[in-house]
Amino acid sequence: MSNSANPSVTLRAPLVEPDRIDETTGLPRENYLHDGGRGLKSWLLTMDHKRIAILYLITVSAAFFVGGIMALLVRLELYLPDKQFFGPDAYNQLFTLHGAIMIFLFIIPSIPAILGNFVLPLQIGAKDVAFPKLNLASWYVYVFGAAFTLISVFTNAADTGWTFYTPYSSSTSTSVIPMTMGVFILGFSSIFTGLNFIVTVHKLRAPGLTWFKMPLMVWGLYATAIIQVLATPVLGITVLLLTLERAFGIGIFDPAMGGDPVLYQHFFWFYSHPAVYIMILPGMGIISDLVASFSHRKIFGYKFVAFSSMAIALVSFLVWGHHMFTSGQSEIAVMIFSFLTFMVGIPSAIKVFNWTTTLYKGSISFSVPMLYVFAFLFLFTIGGLTGIVIGALSLDVHLHDTYFIVAHFHYVMVGGTVMAMVGGLYYWWPKIWGRMYNRTLGVFAWLLVFVGFNMTFFTQFILGSRGMPRRYWTYLEQFQPLHAFSSSGAMVMGLGFLLVGINLWRAVKHGKPSGSNPWGSLTLEWTHCSSPPLPHNFKETPRIDYGAYEYDKVLPTITK
Amino acid sequence: MAHSATHPTWLQHHFSDAHQQRESSKLGMWIFLVTEILFFGGLFCAYAIYHAWNPEIFHAAHKALDWRLGGLNTIVLITSSLTMALAIRSLQVNRVRVASGYLWATFLLAATFMVVKYFEYSHKFHVGQLPGKYYTYTGIEGTNPHIFFSIYFVMTGLHGLHVLIGMGVILWLIVRNRKNHFSAQYYNPVEMTGLYWHLVDLIWIYLFPLLYLVG
Repeated sequence: MSNSANPSVTLRAPLVEPDRIDETTGLPRENYLHDGGRGLKSWLLTMDHKRIAILYLITVSAAFFVGGIMALLVRLELYLPDKQFFGPDAYNQLFTLHGAIMIFLFIIPSIPAILGNFVLPLQIGAKDVAFPKLNLASWYVYVFGAAFTLISVFTNAADTGWTFYTPYSSSTSTSVIPMTMGVFILGFSSIFTGLNFIVTVHKLRAPGLTWFKMPLMVWGLYATAIIQVLATPVLGITVLLLTLERAFGIGIFDPAMGGDPVLYQHFFWFYSHPAVYIMILPGMGIISDLVASFSHRKIFGYKFVAFSSMAIALVSFLVWGHHMFTSGQSEIAVMIFSFLTFMVGIPSAIKVFNWTTTLYKGSISFSVPMLYVFAFLFLFTIGGLTGIVIGALSLDVHLHDTYFIVAHFHYVMVGGTVMAMVGGLYYWWPKIWGRMYNRTLGVFAWLLVFVGFNMTFFTQFILGSRGMPRRYWTYLEQFQPLHAFSSSGAMVMGLGFLLVGINLWRAVKHGKPSGSNPWGSLTLEWTHCSSPPLPHNFKETPRIDYGAYEYDKVLPTITK
Repeated sequence: MAHSATHPTWLQHHFSDAHQQRESSKLGMWIFLVTEILFFGGLFCAYAIYHAWNPEIFHAAHKALDWRLGGLNTIVLITSSLTMALAIRSLQVNRVRVASGYLWATFLLAATFMVVKYFEYSHKFHVGQLPGKYYTYTGIEGTNPHIFFSIYFVMTGLHGLHVLIGMGVILWLIVRNRKNHFSAQYYNPVEMTGLYWHLVDLIWIYLFPLLYLVG
């Protein structure tokens, strides 16, 4: 049977009508929030990937809030040169905490641990991840690692920067070891999650769900998991060696004892460069799903996008030296790293082109998640292009350790990953809670975030290109107007994120019931699961009749 | 909770069948082993660099290590890998009590390894061949012999920690085997522990020549 509006459509996607709806809440009677155990203990001992995702949501959001406060304090101090509220040592501690908390406690776990945990099994038709106990363990390890890191805050917090470069980090009297050991512990949480996702994707797909029928969100999470598993152990050994250097003076990074401080940088960046792809790949996965859903088209060049995720995972291990162009490497090394850095931009560019092409002549709906997609496309492109700028040695020599670098990575991490994550949270929020958020507040918050972000960080490209060094507590008078503008932008952006949080928080209890598929998407979590889903996700194992984005062949059903 | 014959007690509910559970646990363990290789890999990398920069120190310092004790430990660990494999084999042919015997043998061999290590370490502590800033021994020529001992202690120390963890896991397997958790139908945890144990053995097989026999 074909659809009269579109003769080529022959299939209609299923829609989940729950057996019973609760009259007072308007939500399905049986769902994972209420069934599968009630009370705090059932949540703290849960093995349900959906509940674990919410545990992560709470703790990772708390980390984002704390890291955000650190950022606002840093920008507050920088309104004017010299001391406003903090002396130079305290300032160093503030930006160290901002970086360490945002990177290790927020952004690395963020999308995989929250949205990945919730959505991955649903999208492949599985009842759970491969190792549910390991999944819960990964959350406890996260909490333990985060607590350890925070010990540093209360015992003369480290002031080394989140990069802990030797020889300063091996000799400073501030509290480095709690932070490095906290990072070590957090690394295990990341490895456990990555390991779990790889096995889940390989072994737990529903019958008939081949690799190229999977949503690109799954491809993104899979590529991320590969990096998590391969790169994080190297960070582990690096911070362990730094800890031993401080505790026992083993001398591995100390020239007086035959060691080499630059070796630390090589070890550190061998993880930390792939780590930035751990940050962005899941975000790209989200963008693929959102672009398909909100333009009702299949992703242009699906296989290219899928393979580009794998290519990024691979090439990401080959470019770490571009963080060290000014550290005294040989010319040959520098040239090779620079060349490979240019190469690693190509798969990302392929994705951006393919998403844009997908949108062309699509049936675009300007939902709140879609606003974040547009923000991503614009901001990530700027971030990526400026990455190529500093990948060129001749430019990096001048721009290294300036605000240009700071602006670049905030464009990709916040303008990229955080935009994608917030878009994903808005998109999947109705699936997670069965309720819709407030659209007006969503648009308004988006505006504040987008405008505030550009105010804060575009200014910093200018500051950097004019020579303003990074991590400096004070600066020349000529930079003051730009600093003040950037700081004001940070306040606007902070308010925007606060409103995002309030909007999502209110939706949990007070949002209008959304029904199983408010977006009319074709992926399994929308067509085969109620909102919120059952404890075991599916009534019966889904039958796979079509791929993730076949909007040209299948007509989805939208619940209003 | 009773289960039918088609749903054994050890089959976890989120898996569709025993085959999927087994395949998943194997893939999971292999991935974990890869992370261990990368973890130790950083140390082997550091070793390679410092050895390349200070060949005379490494040659001079390695004489402080007794290759006979190291060789003994190598034989001990390789034998323990054998007993581990035999434990798994015993379970495959449903000889559950024999399996316990082999698991005990593995445990005791691992303990022997740790005892030999204890003697090696205490000798070094005694003469002052310690890592980094605690190094006080004067019998080795050349600048900065500390580097060799720093690397020696970090690598063998981390390896020893993995041996201890392995011993704990093997003990847990012995306890479970006593309760008849394992049989020819289900011996996954033992097999996975075996994989881990073989990696611990393999890492030592690389450590031994690089530290004890170099030069």
